Amino acid sequence: MKLQEYQSKQIFAKYNIPIPKGRVAATAIEAKAIAQEHGSRVVIKAQVLVGGRGKAGGIRLAKNADEAEELATQILAMDIKGLPVRKVLVDAAANIEREIYLGITNDRAARKPVMMSSAAGGVDIEEVAHTSPEKIIKSYIDPLLGMRDYQARDIAAGIDLPREHWRTFGQIARGLWQAYSNCDATLAEINPLVITSDNHLLALDGKMVLDDNALFLHPDLAEMRDLDVEAPSEIEARKYGLSFIKLDGNIGCMVNGAGLAMTTMDIIKLFGGEPANFLDIGGGANSDKVAAALRIILADPNVKAVLFNVFGGITRCDEVARGILDALKEVKTNIPMVVRLVGTNAEEGRQILANANMITAITLADAARKAVAVSKGGLIE
Amino acid sequence: MSILVSKKTRLLVQAITGNEGLFHTQAMISYGTHVVAGVTPGKGGEWVLDGKIPVFDSVKIAVDATGANTSIIFVPAHNAVDAIFEACDAGILLIVCITEGIPVQAMMRVRNYLDQKHTRLVGPNCPGLLTPGESKVGIIPGDIAIPGSIGVVSRSGTLTYEVLYALAQVGMGVSTCIGIGGDPINGTSFIDALALFEKDPHTEKVVLIGEIGGSDEERAAEFIASHISKPVVAFIAGQTAPPGKRMGHAGAIVEGGSGLATDKIRALQSVGVKVATHPEEIPSLFL
Repeated sequence: MKLQEYQSKQIFAKYNIPIPKGRVAATAIEAKAIAQEHGSRVVIKAQVLVGGRGKAGGIRLAKNADEAEELATQILAMDIKGLPVRKVLVDAAANIEREIYLGITNDRAARKPVMMSSAAGGVDIEEVAHTSPEKIIKSYIDPLLGMRDYQARDIAAGIDLPREHWRTFGQIARGLWQAYSNCDATLAEINPLVITSDNHLLALDGKMVLDDNALFLHPDLAEMRDLDVEAPSEIEARKYGLSFIKLDGNIGCMVNGAGLAMTTMDIIKLFGGEPANFLDIGGGANSDKVAAALRIILADPNVKAVLFNVFGGITRCDEVARGILDALKEVKTNIPMVVRLVGTNAEEGRQILANANMITAITLADAARKAVAVSKGGLIE
Repeated sequence: MSILVSKKTRLLVQAITGNEGLFHTQAMISYGTHVVAGVTPGKGGEWVLDGKIPVFDSVKIAVDATGANTSIIFVPAHNAVDAIFEACDAGILLIVCITEGIPVQAMMRVRNYLDQKHTRLVGPNCPGLLTPGESKVGIIPGDIAIPGSIGVVSRSGTLTYEVLYALAQVGMGVSTCIGIGGDPINGTSFIDALALFEKDPHTEKVVLIGEIGGSDEERAAEFIASHISKPVVAFIAGQTAPPGKRMGHAGAIVEGGSGLATDKIRALQSVGVKVATHPEEIPSLFL
């Protein structure tokens, strides 16, 4: 789960990382009031969970409170990469001498957290990693011990940070480590961390991504979820414990298991079709869950065919079949459906669906071919 | 023959008294697995499954009483990490963790701790191990695979069943199937499993089932080039997955241009691994 910039910076502040004076506003009037309090130049920053805000015109400098109101009005009316701007952060502007990158993330290959820093801050760190990896200084953190103070000093030296800033930099690095570990983040980064013209370190922009699997430990953080980044169908699916991702194609898929669900999408594409969604109903799904899943799939107006691919293990094919019938009682549809049931109680499942006017298939390849054919208006005998 | 599980396996089930624990313990016993004990703190002294399996309060007590050498964990995510530490500290040599949803930082602590011990972990978020006709430590339906000489290693669950089923349809049998799990940090990697299959005299060929996210498949490709003499066939799921979205498994995500299926396929093909375009194509690639 991604946090907005203002949420990330609120967490940073709790861990003694210096951030600019600033508050979040939902209206231009509020933005003006905050600018008046600051009594200085302010930066108005769109709060949306996509990169490239600056290039899109979502970050603007205002000389005074009136200009702040005007710019906030413009920014709050924007859509950035399809996401509506609902809030702006109004930060006191800083005079920047130098920009640094500092971040902590999970290194899957090393199976450890890694702290990374670069003297080239303010730019996309993944870009730097591709073009000039030697500019990134890394230090792996033992997850059982936590960050050691010397690691922060090594990084400060590695990016040629003037010695007078080492103490504060160490404090910031420690704060970032605590924010990362206490919040179960998968990423905590300050980009840029700046040296101001009056020689202070300041976290000008920040980003945190939290581990979805750990949100049960942090109900306060879980509440920060921004629903704008998800399609309404994805929010609805989560209520039923379904793993669903909307895509742009026209063949709805219902599958048990994440790997098999991805494979089903892939094979549809392989045979010339386009999947409308990723959907994993999970292990041991009951008929209610299956019915909810089918309702969500059929609510997408793009869907021209549905493919059910269930490999029964813990999940019983008869239970899935009952769920399909339940949903079809509520939602009347002429959309052609291809069903493939294998494994636990597959025969019972097929019998339940015998009168439901569905196209059946034995192999996955056959099921995919048939689904692609009917999605293009073809007929299956 | 097999890797990791065999007739010598003396299995202990952590969270045996829960629904899942009971259901799968019964299935494992029916398959011929030697289940010797269960653990549920607070229920020591009880017996489950018609008085066949004794329940203990802790792994240590269970190991002392029954000589258990392998543990399977059905403990829910919020206590699963403690269950892994407990099994390791009690001297269990092989832990199979089925649990899905364990926080990744907690798993990093587990993995770094286990690396200092002599315990192997398989999983978490995995279907476990199956040696067809002999032993099952996990939740893979036993009847979909037949004994044989193909080793199967996979990050997935039902996709693995699909492959076992496709192999069995054409009479191809399996030595051991190992599900290493769909989480970003796990106990046993592709490389670990490949090394075990290379050493096993009864495994002649290997199927590797990967998916988007991380670089485990790329590292497996390097390892195959330098250490594996047996033919390997692979399948990689998630070619059509959109970037930045977690595809069900916590570890299945394309981030910042890395973890792409196409990169994994290219890496495997470059070392001579045949990569199937869909799971049912796998058997034909061994011919």
